Amino acid sequence: MELGSLQRRYIDFTSALFREGFLDNQYTQLQQLQDESNPEFVLEVVTLFFEDSEKLLNELSRTLDQQVVDFKKVDAHVHQLKGSSASIGAQRVKNVCMAFRNCCEERNQEGCLRWLQQVRQEYFLVKSKLETLFRLEKQILAAGGSVPVLCFLWPTHVETLSV
Amino acid sequence: MAVVAESQFHVLAVDDSLMDRKLIERLLKTSSFQVTAVDSGSRALQVLGLSEDLTSSPAVYPAHNEIEVNLVITDYCMPGMTGYDLLKKIKGSSSLRDIPVVIMSSENVPSRINRCLEGGAEEFFLKPVQLSDMKRLRPHILKGKSKEQQLQQEEEEEEETSISSNKRKAMDEELSPERRRLRLSNNNSLI
Repeated sequence: MELGSLQRRYIDFTSALFREGFLDNQYTQLQQLQDESNPEFVLEVVTLFFEDSEKLLNELSRTLDQQVVDFKKVDAHVHQLKGSSASIGAQRVKNVCMAFRNCCEERNQEGCLRWLQQVRQEYFLVKSKLETLFRLEKQILAAGGSVPVLCFLWPTHVETLSV
Repeated sequence: MAVVAESQFHVLAVDDSLMDRKLIERLLKTSSFQVTAVDSGSRALQVLGLSEDLTSSPAVYPAHNEIEVNLVITDYCMPGMTGYDLLKKIKGSSSLRDIPVVIMSSENVPSRINRCLEGGAEEFFLKPVQLSDMKRLRPHILKGKSKEQQLQQEEEEEEETSISSNKRKAMDEELSPERRRLRLSNNNSLI
């Protein structure tokens, strides 16, 4: 695929991610921290997020599967997941975590299991979206181009800084 | 005559999460700070030259940790020693208590925030920490530094009474504007 259309595809895909609430401004913050001296910064942080999250999701499964559920532990895990998703701007995951924590407070095992399913769904969704994003970036760089940096000034306004 | 150089300030970042450590390190480096990032309060105390068991001054120990730290930024929720515990240890040490400490937390709990501020923390940052938050660090470092500088100034003033006024004028011109201002303010107070 030629460079121009790759870049357009990237812009469309990224805009949609923000518009649909998968990512928020925190992700843009991460991108701003990436430069020639740290060209893989976003990828590195997001990779850590993937590792952390999958560990937490497994732990949550295990903890909620017990006869007697340790809700304090469940809450601690969800709190961690909420923190790390907030750190990379994974907005939908973060929001589900907030609702999940309310269930923990109510010590509702059934409810928690449902929320776990939800958070798992949201996590894998954003994971695949981010993987697509990174793939597109790689393709653009391989084609000799630079990755467009999108700047979000207002929720609905998208401005391309550089191509 | 030593001129106060605009050297890089050194920040010690403490967070048990690898991801958060990576983030805070990048935020700090992007803001021109020198960074040491550790994963626990006890490791932070080691860097600061304090053993966990004793709170005596670093001069007692061999010069293993002669790293000067200008500010400590720590996560609140950590296993073992919390950020608050670390804060208390630093503020309880005669050699370290002037180092500004900033606490970070993903939870906005007013009682927690107040407890930290009352415990001597300069500021409380809500996570995720932003690039714009980094601007709030320098004033705390400079406050501590100017206290240090004034003490130094007063010591040097006493030494210089034997130097002629011409020589002093020449030296004044070499000093940075900041230093000159401090000197002037000291002169005023001596009158």
